[in-house]
Amino acid sequence: MDLRFTPEERAFREEVRGFFKENLPEDIRRKMVDGHHPSKQDIVTWQRILNRKGWAVPNWPVEWGGTGWDPVRQYIFLDELQSFPAPSPLQFGVYMVGPVIAQFGSSEQKQRFLPRIANLDDWWCQGFSEPGAGSDLASLKTKAVREGDHYVVNGQKTWTTLAQHADWIFCLVRTDSSVKKQEGITFLLIDMKTPGITVRPIQTLDGGHEVNEVFFDDVKVPVENRVGQENKGWDYAKFLLGNERTNIARVGVSKQRIRRLKELAAIERVGDVPLIETPRFAEKLAALEIELKALEMTQLRVVAAERTREKGKPDPASSILKIKGSEIQQATTELLLDVVGPYALPYLPEDEEADHGSNEPPIGPDWAGPAAPTYFNWRKISIYGGSNEIQKNIIAKAILGL
Amino acid sequence: MDFDLSEEQSLLKDSVERLLADRYDFEARKRHGRGPHGYAREMWQAYAEQGLLAVPFAEEDGGIGGGPVETMIVMEAFGGALVLEPYLATVVLAGGLIRHAASAEQRAAWLPGLIGGETTYAFAHAERQARYDLADVGVSARRDGEGWILEGEKSLVLHGDSAERLIVSARTAGSRRDANGLGLFVVEANAPGVSRRGYPTQDGQRAAEVSLSSVRVGPDDVLGTPEGALPAIERVVDEAIAALCAEAVGAMDRMHRLTVEYLKTRKQFGTHIGAFQVLQHRAADMFIALEQARSMAFLATMMAGEEDARERTRAISGAKVQIGRSGRIVGQGAVQLHGGVGVTMEYSVGHYFKRVTMIDALFGDADHHLARVARLGGLIAA
Repeated sequence: MDLRFTPEERAFREEVRGFFKENLPEDIRRKMVDGHHPSKQDIVTWQRILNRKGWAVPNWPVEWGGTGWDPVRQYIFLDELQSFPAPSPLQFGVYMVGPVIAQFGSSEQKQRFLPRIANLDDWWCQGFSEPGAGSDLASLKTKAVREGDHYVVNGQKTWTTLAQHADWIFCLVRTDSSVKKQEGITFLLIDMKTPGITVRPIQTLDGGHEVNEVFFDDVKVPVENRVGQENKGWDYAKFLLGNERTNIARVGVSKQRIRRLKELAAIERVGDVPLIETPRFAEKLAALEIELKALEMTQLRVVAAERTREKGKPDPASSILKIKGSEIQQATTELLLDVVGPYALPYLPEDEEADHGSNEPPIGPDWAGPAAPTYFNWRKISIYGGSNEIQKNIIAKAILGL
Repeated sequence: MDFDLSEEQSLLKDSVERLLADRYDFEARKRHGRGPHGYAREMWQAYAEQGLLAVPFAEEDGGIGGGPVETMIVMEAFGGALVLEPYLATVVLAGGLIRHAASAEQRAAWLPGLIGGETTYAFAHAERQARYDLADVGVSARRDGEGWILEGEKSLVLHGDSAERLIVSARTAGSRRDANGLGLFVVEANAPGVSRRGYPTQDGQRAAEVSLSSVRVGPDDVLGTPEGALPAIERVVDEAIAALCAEAVGAMDRMHRLTVEYLKTRKQFGTHIGAFQVLQHRAADMFIALEQARSMAFLATMMAGEEDARERTRAISGAKVQIGRSGRIVGQGAVQLHGGVGVTMEYSVGHYFKRVTMIDALFGDADHHLARVARLGGLIAA
């Protein structure tokens, strides 16, 4: 047992950090530090920089651009990326549909899609949830009927993140209603330009436009865009969700948010005393740091165990990462609300594609703006990716055997 | 980054767990606790024979040269069986003071008897007014020719009633809470002027109030420099906290397993109560608290040997906070999910609850250590 990183792992961390320092455009980093959303163009720019370095899709098989890093290096890379902070490569391509295509797709699909996902030439979004299929995802109803060399898709997806930017959507659709619900689901890749697709924005509590409803009205999808076999889509979805869960703790994000909280709480004063020196705030912050340290150690235990696990089979302990990771991220937003105090009030929603630091002068401290929106927006973290209550069901069943 | 035990460590773990499985089930523990010192001398001998008392000592001192990981392995197993013998008092606390502060001659004089199981020790440090302030020592040591004379009252001395030897902290200079001016003195428990009042503690262990009245200590029985003992005390207490974290994890793990087992067997409303989601989620919350505690016990173990006192202390304090909070969640949950039987003396789960509750109160509770982490600027690097 040796819980320190090896000299090689520490050197790797330095290398990653050095690359970020030299290559991440300062305006993007600044936006991230201030708690603003990176724009579509920011994400594309950064992912292409990573791709030129060969780091856009580290988790993929080496022949499709993966780095071949072991789980500890994968972890260090993400930890550095998040805590730097730099934008994450587009989740839906890099961590979701990419690995599914690499594992289960045809060789034509791999050649056609994977390089374009890595370079973010195609923006992907995820068509899983439906109005009637949230936690009970397998009850989804969007239907695909085979007609010759096409499927005809009808139905509705929802909570589709950044579908307004998307070129492609990967969807779970029902192809057989006569069998057990998990056994009649197929995994389709659908071009967003296909006639019959409508995207309707959903505004979230922060005033932002992040999620959408996507409607399918007699949408024709070539059979060659089916991943794997018909009616086996649930297996591929489980593989996808398993990959998603390994990074769900987002320890690096919380580290960065805590560093930022400390900076701001040292500026903000309560009378003559910096907020960070008031015992009540200092102890709330310290308590959160302890929770985060514990989570980081738990994450490292899961990562270390991953070296001997089968790929795509998540450790059920990753449910702990989801629950604690989301609680801690949310707690950082609550503390930021404490820091901004009354300047949580002004409601000045961001224009997603505009430069921040706009013409309008700020109201109150210029760093106060994102505090309340982030607090409201981040309530999503304990809901998406399998709500925390679903994660507790997983712990109870898969670990405790209840 | 590697959480796996080495081959020797796995052997140690197997051997201590086997010994306890054979000789330390809950009924056996009740018998052990009825012994004259509140523990079983024959178990102490068994630990000596297995080399458990030699774990942290250097090979040249007759030990096996183990580190914090080996101590963690022993203490976690002890926590799982609610072991009553004075391992913390003798091996971790007194043994730690001897390791860090004693001369080669002193080690040669004392360690063979400690490792062989003939002599038990207690660390007489706490005092009524001190709460968790390690520098707050009122017992005085005044010069007497070559030696010293000790005067004052020590309190809550763990296993102080049965120990053959006491290591007493006393003030040689300065005022009551000064960091400088503390010495460590090794005193025979039956020396003239030492009187002890032993009593049981809530968790089935023992402690003593120790009164020192003109107790003479020779020059060879002083550990290290008689004015500068506080760093050694702090270091040993940090090591003891790491050991207690491991013990608490062992106790919480067993409590959680007992609870899950109970949920699978207890029937009400025509079904196993573990079928009810509200109970499943409480068991899941307990599991999360347990695993977070285990993670911090690893961190405490990793940092227990850290030379940089500030870094060591932050991590150890962080771990103690987590252990205290997790102990509440797991312990209260275990009792609640067991229902009435959870609050009885005759069933084991409540005894685990009592032990983890008392561990929180030893060497600083969660609030004390939280304030310390806050004062030290937190745990996440700026």
